[in-house]
Amino acid sequence: MALNVATGTSSRDAAAEPALGLLALFWVILARDLRVGLRRWTDASNSALFFILVVTLFPLALSPRAEQLRMIAPGVLWIAALLATLLSLQLLFRSDLEDGTLEQLLTLPYPLGWMLLAKTLAHWIITGMPVVLMAPILAITYQLPATALSVLTLSLLLGTPTLSLLGSIGAALTAGLRGAGVLLVFIVAPLMLPVLILGARATDLALAGEDPTGPLYLLGALLVLAVSLAPVVAAGAIRVSAD
Amino acid sequence: MTRRLGWAADPLAGWGTGALETVVLAGAGLTLWRGTTCLFEALSFSLPVGSALLIEGPNGAGKTTLLRVIAGLTRPESGSVTWQGSDFRQQLQSGRLRLAFSGHSPGLKPELTTRENLRFFAQLAGQPARVSEVLDATGLGASAGLDVRLLSAGQKRRAALARVLLSAADLWLLDEPQTNLDTAGRRFLEQALGEHLANGGTAVVAAHQSLDFGSGPVTRLALGS
Repeated sequence: MALNVATGTSSRDAAAEPALGLLALFWVILARDLRVGLRRWTDASNSALFFILVVTLFPLALSPRAEQLRMIAPGVLWIAALLATLLSLQLLFRSDLEDGTLEQLLTLPYPLGWMLLAKTLAHWIITGMPVVLMAPILAITYQLPATALSVLTLSLLLGTPTLSLLGSIGAALTAGLRGAGVLLVFIVAPLMLPVLILGARATDLALAGEDPTGPLYLLGALLVLAVSLAPVVAAGAIRVSAD
Repeated sequence: MTRRLGWAADPLAGWGTGALETVVLAGAGLTLWRGTTCLFEALSFSLPVGSALLIEGPNGAGKTTLLRVIAGLTRPESGSVTWQGSDFRQQLQSGRLRLAFSGHSPGLKPELTTRENLRFFAQLAGQPARVSEVLDATGLGASAGLDVRLLSAGQKRRAALARVLLSAADLWLLDEPQTNLDTAGRRFLEQALGEHLANGGTAVVAAHQSLDFGSGPVTRLALGS
């Protein structure tokens, strides 16, 4: 076996400069996680299937009267979205811890929180975005008017990334534990309640013909807060889990 | 080049005259307990540029743990690891230290092909153009398109070695790198290590089998004795 692989140490003079800028780094990690997620699509589709199941079961179990369905629709759709997110969270860092990817990320000269933000976004694109896209279609079966449909979709678009980000903290804390599914739910579910309340409330207001911008703005504010803080907390937690 | 390895209470025991500017990696007073067993206590070492530290010891002696402590993955109860005189983790995060860590797990995604896995790490190290070259050199050229889950244990080990080669790292931390490798693979590993040291790189290797580093200076550290 011929060995002529210069080990690259000659580049030490430029070592103070990371090889990738932050945006390029974000993109590289996002692209890799999306590719892994699509190859493992059976895992990824679980939460979407769960969402469809829960949302379609309610009209079957309750009376199919249009006005009653319309009344429960915001709550049902939001609860289903929250449960679907909780279901998917265990997968967020578990396999990375098992196959050694986390060790690799931890020993890179890049900010860990930033890399986890990219991973969480990839996770949301694979598990959360299908829920957001399906929600308006499923909501039609609840006889929601068009205005409420758009508010519902917008609230999910603002709210489900926040749920994924909050969930990333719990997933990072419990990544090293076996059978931590229930523990993870108990850690993150209380943090998710404000999002659930605001999201369902916005849709409710739109349904009643009132102005839903208040809760929507608050959902947006929570998203900004989660984007800026959750990855930092998750980074601290993942260091503990990888120890 | 002065090389010293001290278990001494004085953490600076290895910093002999003239060695100050050449020592890159140093551990001082490292102590770690796992449960009720003490894996190492007040362990110190110092390693000059272009040399290797070989951590030896029976199974369960704490070789992997020491390697993880050096990498900053596990926090020791006391003591510190420094790179070029400053805190190891700070040096790592500021980009002044490039580290290649190869642990028990290969660090490769089973769902991605060997080439995709390596391209990811090559991109992170800023040398995506070298992927094919390194794949061929490690004898993985033919299986580059296979998902990593289909590779044999030895091939996975080779892929992990390819990742190390692509990292452009100053410091290699290798945990039992010869495991599952065939004779040719072992020879390649030793050659690669020798070349890394000759290029002014530094390496810490945990191994329970002997390893030939070529002409590179080696410090031995026996754990669990």
